[in-house]
Amino acid sequence: MQAALEGRGLTRRYDRLLAVDHVNFTIGRAEIFGLLGPNGAGKTTTVRMLTGVIVPSEGTALVDGHDVVRETLAAREHIGTVPEEANVYVDLTVWQNLMLMGELHGVPRPRRTQRGKELLNLFGLNDRAKQKGRALSKGLRQRLMLCMALVSDPSVLFLDEPTTGLDVASARLIRELVVRMNREKGMTIFLTTHNIKEADELCHRIGVINKGRIAAIDTPAALRGKFEALHSVEVTFRETSPDAQTLSALDKVTKIKALGRGFRVFTAQPGAVAQEIACLARESGATIESIRTCEPALEDVFLRITESPPAKEEKAHD
Amino acid sequence: MIESQRHGPQPAWRRQFHGAYVIAKKDAMIYYLKPPVFIYGVLFPIFFFLAFAIGRQVAPERIVPGMLAMALFFTASAVGPMVTPWERRHKTYERLISSPVPALSIILGDVLAGASFGAALSVIPLVLGTALTRSVLARPGLLFSCIVLSALCFAALGELLAAPPTNNPSQVMMLCNLVRLPLIFISGVFVPLAEMPRWSRCVLPLSPLSYCSDLFRSAFGSANYFPLWFDMLMLAGFTAAFVGGALLFHHRARERAL
Repeated sequence: MQAALEGRGLTRRYDRLLAVDHVNFTIGRAEIFGLLGPNGAGKTTTVRMLTGVIVPSEGTALVDGHDVVRETLAAREHIGTVPEEANVYVDLTVWQNLMLMGELHGVPRPRRTQRGKELLNLFGLNDRAKQKGRALSKGLRQRLMLCMALVSDPSVLFLDEPTTGLDVASARLIRELVVRMNREKGMTIFLTTHNIKEADELCHRIGVINKGRIAAIDTPAALRGKFEALHSVEVTFRETSPDAQTLSALDKVTKIKALGRGFRVFTAQPGAVAQEIACLARESGATIESIRTCEPALEDVFLRITESPPAKEEKAHD
Repeated sequence: MIESQRHGPQPAWRRQFHGAYVIAKKDAMIYYLKPPVFIYGVLFPIFFFLAFAIGRQVAPERIVPGMLAMALFFTASAVGPMVTPWERRHKTYERLISSPVPALSIILGDVLAGASFGAALSVIPLVLGTALTRSVLARPGLLFSCIVLSALCFAALGELLAAPPTNNPSQVMMLCNLVRLPLIFISGVFVPLAEMPRWSRCVLPLSPLSYCSDLFRSAFGSANYFPLWFDMLMLAGFTAAFVGGALLFHHRARERAL
């Protein structure tokens, strides 16, 4: 099956700075793909190359089989974008903004009118259709930008930090609508975000970009699984407890962190270590108040990946 | 022919034209009433004209074509310099250039918007001029052709001057005036080209406004300095050069201005 989006050695230089360095990935149809990375990692540059706003220095990308360098316009016909720092036309009304975007994408008038009404309804902007863009709050503008990106029924939607700076309710609504578009329309979504929780919640797969290179691509669960050393056992004791030195002497324990009346014990085998802690407590007369094994948070995984030097070249799978 | 997902196969020119039309419509809705367009495009030529004409014994048949040429020059070239920096500043530019509209269409759309603004507003000095003076419009067809050609040419000049990678419209307006004001002096707006000083006659072919003034003067029954076909050819040539330059420089500035 043809991929919805494919990066082939995508590279971008700004004078001496290598902003994006031979990035390869393949994103399937109806997939929600998240690109995570610290500031300046190359997320926005990657999105700009994929949407044809800037030209790659090397390599290329395919959107629905169309080369973004050689068939820029054809590729752009398949995409909708909400750029990171974009805005609506503040002098136009909500409806005019929407219709303008439809016209720019060549959507015939009856179709764009119908689609516009559906979107305003879906995004709760119906009663604001005649309001000028300048009268909208940030959250409402973001909703309108999403509507503008969707009016042409794109097969691939690019969202560059779509919920940054939004209040909790607006951010949640946008996340819900993104998932809905993906499920109902089979839309492929390419999302960049700083919000790791958001990526974990929304994305089928996540790519971590660091210093312009893809350091890891996988499902959130698999990414967590790859970092076994980040698994842990969290244990709290009543009154007396074994000391940290005794716990760290247990087999397979990699690190100990004190937590109030207990410890967080890092290990690749949390089940076995939990049993050993229970035995140790029994032998030493300590009473365990609570004990649980913890999966690594995606945030821990992200920090671990971005703190280490990027992998030489990692190719994504379908 | 270009295969389009939504339009099916269609000639490239049709897509270009449709894109330009949509851009021009957007520009007209947003930018015609912006204060800098009004100040530099409408008020500026009025006061400039008054500064030239008041207290001087200038024959009416000289005043009206000159006034018309200057008004058209300022109004048509006022919209283009506003659009791109304004869009960059208000963060709508990136979305616009990621839409499936060719770069040439975006340029042509801005040119069309500027030219329409200039041509529409040129009716005011034309009506006032012919009503208040004894000027007689001898060749209406020529006047109409001249308005269309010159409006396109001056709007294309405005678009070319909007290329610097800035998001500050006033910086572009400053550059515009740096270019436009000297052209007023060397283009025979108020003095027939044949009567201009010798040094001035050497440089006047470099200004598109010279050909516009010459055509307007001819439309109002005065003798023309260049052959009419040459005036028209030069205006068309300048338009093509300005559009080509705008395409090149906007493309170069595009990434730096994001």
